[in-house]
Amino acid sequence: MDDLESRAAQAQAEIDKADTLEVLEALRVGLLGKSGIVTTALKALGALAPDERKARGAEVNRVKDRLAEILATRKQVLEQAELDRRLASEKLDITLPGRDSERGGIHPITRALERISAIFARLGYQRADGPEIEDDWHNFEALNFPPHHPARAMHDTFYFGDGRLLRTHTSPVQIRSMQGRQPPIRIIAPGKVYRSDSDQTHSPMFHQIEGLLVDETSSFADLKGTLAEFIRAFFERDFEMRFRPSYFPFTEPSAEVDIRWDAEDGSTRWLEVLGCGMVHPNVLKNCGIDPERYTGFAFGLGVERFAMLRYGVSDLRAFFENDLRFLKQFA
Amino acid sequence: MKFSENWLRELVEIKAGRAALAHALTMAGLEVEELTPLGEGLAGVVVAEIISAEKHPEADRLQVCKVSVGQGEPLQIVCGAPNARVGIKVPLATVGANLPGGIAIKAAKLRGVESFGMLCSAKELGIDADASGLLELPLDAPVGKPLADYLGLPDASIELKLTPNRPDCLGLVGLAHDVAALFGSAVKVPAQGSAPVTGEARRGIRLEAGADAPRYLGRIVEGIDPQARTPLWLAERLRRAGLRPISAVVDITNYVMLELGQPLHAFDNDKLEGDIVVRHARTGETLKLLDASEAKLDSSFVLIADERKALAVAGVMGGFDSRVTDTTHNIFLEAAHFAPAAIMGRARKLGMHTDASHRFERGVDPELPRRALERATELLLSIAGGKAGPVLVAENPADLPKPATVTLRRARLKRVLGVEVADAEVARIFTALGMGTEATTDGWRITAPSSRFDIEREEDLVEEVARIFGYDNIPTLTPAGALTLAVEPEARINELALREQLAARGYYEAVNLSFLAAELLTRWGFTERLVPLANPLSADLAVMRPSLLPGLVESLRHNRARQQERVRLFEVARVFAAGDPPLETPSLAIVASGSAQAEQWGEAARPLDFYDLKGDLDAVIAWGGEPQRWSMHADGLPGWLHPGRAARIARDGQTVGYLGALHPQLAKALDLGPDVHVLELALEPLLARRLPKAQPVPRFPSVRRDIAVDLPEEVQWSQIEQSVRGALGDQLKELRLFDRYSGKGVETGRKSLAMGLILQDASRTLTDDDADRCVREAVAALETACKARLRG
Repeated sequence: MDDLESRAAQAQAEIDKADTLEVLEALRVGLLGKSGIVTTALKALGALAPDERKARGAEVNRVKDRLAEILATRKQVLEQAELDRRLASEKLDITLPGRDSERGGIHPITRALERISAIFARLGYQRADGPEIEDDWHNFEALNFPPHHPARAMHDTFYFGDGRLLRTHTSPVQIRSMQGRQPPIRIIAPGKVYRSDSDQTHSPMFHQIEGLLVDETSSFADLKGTLAEFIRAFFERDFEMRFRPSYFPFTEPSAEVDIRWDAEDGSTRWLEVLGCGMVHPNVLKNCGIDPERYTGFAFGLGVERFAMLRYGVSDLRAFFENDLRFLKQFA
Repeated sequence: MKFSENWLRELVEIKAGRAALAHALTMAGLEVEELTPLGEGLAGVVVAEIISAEKHPEADRLQVCKVSVGQGEPLQIVCGAPNARVGIKVPLATVGANLPGGIAIKAAKLRGVESFGMLCSAKELGIDADASGLLELPLDAPVGKPLADYLGLPDASIELKLTPNRPDCLGLVGLAHDVAALFGSAVKVPAQGSAPVTGEARRGIRLEAGADAPRYLGRIVEGIDPQARTPLWLAERLRRAGLRPISAVVDITNYVMLELGQPLHAFDNDKLEGDIVVRHARTGETLKLLDASEAKLDSSFVLIADERKALAVAGVMGGFDSRVTDTTHNIFLEAAHFAPAAIMGRARKLGMHTDASHRFERGVDPELPRRALERATELLLSIAGGKAGPVLVAENPADLPKPATVTLRRARLKRVLGVEVADAEVARIFTALGMGTEATTDGWRITAPSSRFDIEREEDLVEEVARIFGYDNIPTLTPAGALTLAVEPEARINELALREQLAARGYYEAVNLSFLAAELLTRWGFTERLVPLANPLSADLAVMRPSLLPGLVESLRHNRARQQERVRLFEVARVFAAGDPPLETPSLAIVASGSAQAEQWGEAARPLDFYDLKGDLDAVIAWGGEPQRWSMHADGLPGWLHPGRAARIARDGQTVGYLGALHPQLAKALDLGPDVHVLELALEPLLARRLPKAQPVPRFPSVRRDIAVDLPEEVQWSQIEQSVRGALGDQLKELRLFDRYSGKGVETGRKSLAMGLILQDASRTLTDDDADRCVREAVAALETACKARLRG
């Protein structure tokens, strides 16, 4: 008996000193394994007299439980130490770049165009579309431009051999949207337009967005309110704005809209950003809409201008060079 | 329209300063495009006369002048101007003057000679661009008088950007009427007189152009002084209106045009033969114009002719041979009315744009010719002398434009503007604009003055009221009208979302011009159904693009030339093909070059290949939810693609686009390597999306079996997939290719493929026996259809 106790005490000292899980496991086998001293002591119980066996059995089991507990505790300590060691060796340079992180980006014109369209979509304007190769009727005549009228000279037009032309504005979409359909109408028509003009501030192709609202109540006052809201929503700030009388054959009264822009040098200046007006009764009539019953307003804006102002682009031509060093700024 | 501010102020009282005037004009729809102050900083500049001029002892190009300023001793001035000479009168900046250019005048020594001021050029005084020499003043200029007083300075040159509907403001008197309405003041237009008729000379006038030229007035003035000089005040007004003084007669006609808006022309009367005939040109008729160009005419032009020859293109420009020269003593003055439609586009047709055509094609008041003729005669007689003959008139009153009478309803005005304008204000506005105004029960009946060609209907009057009432005074409201909700089809991918998807896969969006050089298209082999422009800006921008790729590959080259090796671009735009109407198809194109991944530390670099681009396409197709409708074909490729490394893309069997490596010959011609891959396909099929229809999730587990086979190199994956699918039917959920190998260990001409069969049954759990049977059947099918052999 004393032998088991002293062996156990000795084992306990060895367990405490065990510094690897392998050593500890060897100790466990030597104590509790099939031929370990505790197991051997348990097996020896059978040879004892019944009353002695009971007392001895209780004692051996106490030793066994104690050793098992010590072993478990030590094992936990060693496992924790091993984990700590491993974790310490598994340190990453978390500042290295991640894998496959590159992404591209959409073009600033698309970005501005979609932002503008989305603002009007929230006001119930539906997107509409029309061909870029137009006929004279849709691009000019239906919009109240008589043949050879000087107002046409303001649109430097690209023509095709058959008399068709590249639309000079998105306004023909007004006509196409109103034909065969009755108010209320709210449409927004973004797209490419063309003028045969090319220099620092003119590109032969650029983007416009046309807006049109026709119903039984709209007035010039509503037009002013709509555009003021739009400008505020697009730039996320208030601007001093002015509506200036102007002339477009397809609207009357017509206006150009200026906003008070802060230049980088701290000065301010009026900057023209939009053209608009009340839809001319002739245009409504050309589309089969009764101008007595319905009134409407239309507006058109240059997307490049808005993108330039919004993102600080100073050279129009940068939009069409597709230089990655430019495009990456908008990713 | 450019004019002198002082001149306008002489014609109408303006109770406002310069800035307020400019603002009021702009806000009335007469946009001030440029405002140039003139003659500021002229304090201390006086009229001086050079009374002696001697060569500077030390400098060849300088003179030492004595100049008189009227009182006191003459001043000594050193001057380098080539035209400095005794007797001329010139501006002198005296000591203490501060010139507009920032020059402060001090007493100074120039090469040892004292100088007490500076004789000035027009440029140094900021009144003109001429810096060629001293500004020579008329000989009657009063010596000692402050120059600003003498020249009527300070002043400003104001340039208006007039809209085409307001030709009435192309003359200062018309403009003065609008300004009077704006400021509630009165115009002070000089009384219209008639010049005394002292001559007898006449010439017949025949109108033969019908309604195109319904009124023609002329007058012969004999015995003018061909050397007469344009007075300073008149020359200055022309200059400030952007016109250069030329000769007395021409300057006077220009002056009257600026003042009244009526273009006039003067012929050398001695060059005319017989009657003046106003007629249409004959096709093929030509005329040498004032600018020495040769005009080729047709019957759409109205001509001023005499009985033998053409003299001028009506409303555009006079002829060269009948022009007034410095030897002309007798002139024939013309003032006519031409219908705008008869002039519109004619100057353009001749490749020109003149002050006359600009006015006539917009509309000139038909009542102006007589007034203008009288005004010009008056000026001519006082400046160049001569005897004026009687005014000769030819007209067809029936063809003259009639003053329009238009009704404006009070209710309509309010409805369109969204604000009520008081009756009294409306009446004041119309009256001030020179319109006949008559109140009716529900509004006004308005008669437009003959100068207004833009008043035809009610909306034109609404605009006039709004313009003068002020757009700023119209409230800012939000529309109340009925709203119909836009329906966005869910079975369609949003175009923006597609672009963002491509951006997320590493592509940058590009925007190219829609036109390309024919030469570039030929290089790519695009030669059919092209849509060329009739009037391109240049040969580089001549043909509507039939494909986005040639332009997009040019963008790629642009970037490669700027140290960007790895380029990934896409573009969404329309491509064009000939037809009636021409076909416009929205298209998506992608170009990529360089390594498959951006250069990085974690994985081995690998050049981009076909499968990288195909993977991007597959991802987008998968988004639509119906990849089974798409297929790739090795046949029917366009010539610009590599015949072996490219595919024709079809949806439901219809070709929708192409994908692959550029053909090596094209790549070489474009100076590109084999790494450039491209894709283009019609946008619409890509945007189609399946509306999800939920199915129960499988209740039984799937099992996987892997097999490896070797088979002939030419067997395509799609054949293998088809065979296995055909053999296993619905139980095959997925066939995954996870390895592809050829080389050592595999017979030449064959390849080894390893694939996983994912098997599942909807009604029961598959057993090992089921799975083994599936493998056997799959292998048997591959052996039969694809000459496959099961490996190891």
